Amino acid sequence: MTEGAGGADATAIAARVRSGEQSASGVLERALAEIAERDDDLHCFNSLMADRARAVAAEVDRKVAAGEDPGALAGVPVALKDNLCTRDAPTTCSSRILEGWIPPYDATVVRRLVASGAVPVGKTNLDEFAMGSSTENSATGPTRNPWDPTRVPGGSSGGSAAAVAAGMVPAALGSDTGGSIRQPAALCGVVGVKPTYGVVSRYGLVAFASSLDQIGPLTLTVADAAAVLEAIAGHDEMDSTSLELPAPRCSEVLGEGADGLRVGVVSDFLADASADCSAAVRAAADVLASAGAKVDDVALPELLHGLSAYYLIAPAEASSNLARYDGVRYGLRVDGPDVETMNARTRAAGFGAEVKRRIMLGTYVLSAGYYDAYYAQAQRVRTIVARAFARAYSQFDVLLAPTSPSVAFALGAKTADPLEMYLADLFTIPSNLAGHPAMSVPFSLGESGLPVGVQVLAPALGEREMFRAAAVVEAGASRAARGPVGARSVS
Amino acid sequence: MSAVEDRATGGAGNGGAVPDGWEIVVGLEVHCELSTATKLFCGCRNAFGADANTQTCPVCLGLPGSLPVLNRRAVELAMRIGRALHCDIRPSTFHRKNYFYPDMPKDYQISQYDEPINADGYLELPGGARIGIERAHIEEDTGKTTHVGGGGRIHDADHSLVDYNRAGVPLVEIVSRPDVRGSEQARAYVSELRAVLVAAGASDGRMEEGSLRVDANVSVRPTGSDELGTRCEVKNLNSLRSLGRAIEHEAARQVALLEAGQRIVQETRHWNEADGRTSSMRSKEEANDYRYFSEPDLVPLVPDAAFVEQATLGLPLMPAARRKRLVSLVEGASTDDAGSTDQVATVVDLGLDELVVAAVGLGADPRLALRRAANEAAQRPEDARRLDATIFADLLGLEATGTLSSTQAKTVLAELLEHGGEPEEIARRLGYEALSFDELAGVVDGVIAAHPAEWERYVGGEEKVAQLLTGQVMKATKGRANGKAVAEAFAARRS
Repeated sequence: MTEGAGGADATAIAARVRSGEQSASGVLERALAEIAERDDDLHCFNSLMADRARAVAAEVDRKVAAGEDPGALAGVPVALKDNLCTRDAPTTCSSRILEGWIPPYDATVVRRLVASGAVPVGKTNLDEFAMGSSTENSATGPTRNPWDPTRVPGGSSGGSAAAVAAGMVPAALGSDTGGSIRQPAALCGVVGVKPTYGVVSRYGLVAFASSLDQIGPLTLTVADAAAVLEAIAGHDEMDSTSLELPAPRCSEVLGEGADGLRVGVVSDFLADASADCSAAVRAAADVLASAGAKVDDVALPELLHGLSAYYLIAPAEASSNLARYDGVRYGLRVDGPDVETMNARTRAAGFGAEVKRRIMLGTYVLSAGYYDAYYAQAQRVRTIVARAFARAYSQFDVLLAPTSPSVAFALGAKTADPLEMYLADLFTIPSNLAGHPAMSVPFSLGESGLPVGVQVLAPALGEREMFRAAAVVEAGASRAARGPVGARSVS
Repeated sequence: MSAVEDRATGGAGNGGAVPDGWEIVVGLEVHCELSTATKLFCGCRNAFGADANTQTCPVCLGLPGSLPVLNRRAVELAMRIGRALHCDIRPSTFHRKNYFYPDMPKDYQISQYDEPINADGYLELPGGARIGIERAHIEEDTGKTTHVGGGGRIHDADHSLVDYNRAGVPLVEIVSRPDVRGSEQARAYVSELRAVLVAAGASDGRMEEGSLRVDANVSVRPTGSDELGTRCEVKNLNSLRSLGRAIEHEAARQVALLEAGQRIVQETRHWNEADGRTSSMRSKEEANDYRYFSEPDLVPLVPDAAFVEQATLGLPLMPAARRKRLVSLVEGASTDDAGSTDQVATVVDLGLDELVVAAVGLGADPRLALRRAANEAAQRPEDARRLDATIFADLLGLEATGTLSSTQAKTVLAELLEHGGEPEEIARRLGYEALSFDELAGVVDGVIAAHPAEWERYVGGEEKVAQLLTGQVMKATKGRANGKAVAEAFAARRS
């Protein structure tokens, strides 16, 4: 492990850059070198934004030299999931259909990162339009897990998770519609946070399922996740669903411990997780109990129905959100004798199989005659999930659960069976349906020496309690379970 | 013949479009572009006539990642429309209407579906008929497509150009109940609705610029039936004239089919102004399944009472109320005018009612004020709206007292409207000195002497001969005589 970009966490880098001990430009160059050296093997990135990154880093260095405040994340290289719009830099969603499209604007989170001194270095690979749990559904090819390149990094924010886990960057942004930040975080041994719906602006996030999508950080530590969240969160008038609240101040609660915290262990999930993953949850619960938390099991069988509801609601919204990729205005166009044929040929050539499957599913469930049986029914289940959570949170401050049913699986292991792949999100989906925050914290090494993440869930706007518990879990976790990990040393 | 009688000859007002025994039933959907400064969901200018695609941004182009933010002013204007149409203004939500078309940047339209902002109102027409308003909801406009080559339709075009300046312009779609009977009432409805939208400050009302766009749902049924026939939706109605013609043509087509024992197929039909015909665009089976669902990028619109109050503050009197005001003004006055309903409608339509009301307030005769406004002032409405009510009242006074004859008063009014000035001064300049009593007596006696047979009939009680005799007096005095004085002179000589 080399110092500099490789290995150091975001908070440490920012402190050194702010004090002038290290230059932002120097940190950036080491990150770019690390990426250059290792990304051919791992394929975390779809594209780099080196010129812009150098300009941003230079501006940070200028501010430090001039005695101006360079921002809380000064000089921290950050990777951006390639579904976040970046001005003058390609944003592909790992789809052929956006080939050649260059957004004329930055997502709100990108603007805020830059304003806080962070340096966006490039765009990370994802399952096409964030649809998947392995980053194999990508037009640019799969990303590999730095812990074991024969395995998937999880998804859909697999490129972001792997880039952080590999030590290429100390922090990345992902998006989480059904677990797409937390599950790859768990599989790559990094921290991943899905905030409360509405805490982070979605402006500039290419929509998959608008009522579920939320942007969040992937980092090496819980403290870094809090710092990045503070930089990107807070009301944005460009997003009507953005809450009119300031960013949650989570950094300040990290040292508060778990004394008196009421922690519920979601027992229904443990039975559906592999032995190493459920054991990790029990061990993390013990850590919290030793720290003074009141820990108890809670039965929430309704949450398991979330998966079915999710795979109706998310495709329904996606079928509408992805309609605009029609070849008329931007991206791929495959010509035809009339406009409908051009639309159809463009979409046939531009979208991958999983995206097409979900568009068809979503179109079907919204169709006249099927809407009530599927979409409306799914919305009722969504309400039932929210009620189950409400019942739990009348007794507990936070919940503890596995993030993923298993450690990282082999490339290709689930690509033939979409339903098997969908089950990877079983434990993460309920928080999206309810709009609640949840995060994954690397905790232990499981089967084949691969990292296991533990999920901390909280009610809407319960970020501070969630981070409090997460910090305690992290302190009791095995240091070996956390990135960065040198892919070269893993055979 | 008065306009009232004119309507009666057309049966149910179908202009003779369908044979006796059939009734035309019409429901109208009017899209009104709101006159906001910016678009419905972004800050781009809402302006007609700019260079193509210069009034666009990531939001109204539907670029990936962009999100809509609702324009507060558009909501206020929608509420003003709702209030003006006597609707219930309600908490509402937005839905997505999904279909593919190149002029729609997102390939879905953000509209309101089962929870519109305004519902259950009515529009009162000049004749007094009330047309129910089912709903008046907010939605976004599409871009504008120009098909190059072929017949100007998308399928035979060589290529098509799209201008997204109009995409995202705020619309209110006003849906009437099927209460409209025939083409003439349909035109009256649209014309009245236009006046209401302009009065509410919501629209510039320019049909020719597409600010108002009308679709008509047309069906026919045997007169006296309560059931609704199968309807066809007729599109591409760009003027009141096309609206009327299209309804008549479409109704006649439907009656011909039914009388031949065939059925009407529910479909959307395109009005071709040049051919004067409608043609099928798509049948119900081919119709899009719009897959409506709640728009997740927007939150429910739940305004509090204070917001609604503030938004609808300062709504001026609507045309129907203004007509009522005029009617009540003239109701007490002597009635000698069968066409006063039309006069009221004309005066309100041209915005001359304020002038009439003010002149009456200054003591003018209400009937006379209405008549001069509807007939003479209406010839120069722009000038008339600027006319000082005091001057108008002065002129009416000169006529009422017989100082000026009707003919003279009309001439003076025309002069006033064209060049301005004072009525008395103009009358003097034109040589309109009142006929002296003696001068009039001489002329009256001369006319009686010249028309002994007519005079006998008049003395025998044949009142209508008075018109002929009066006409002769007017001719001899070149219109300077006062009609009332002439009548009195004849009456005095008869008794």
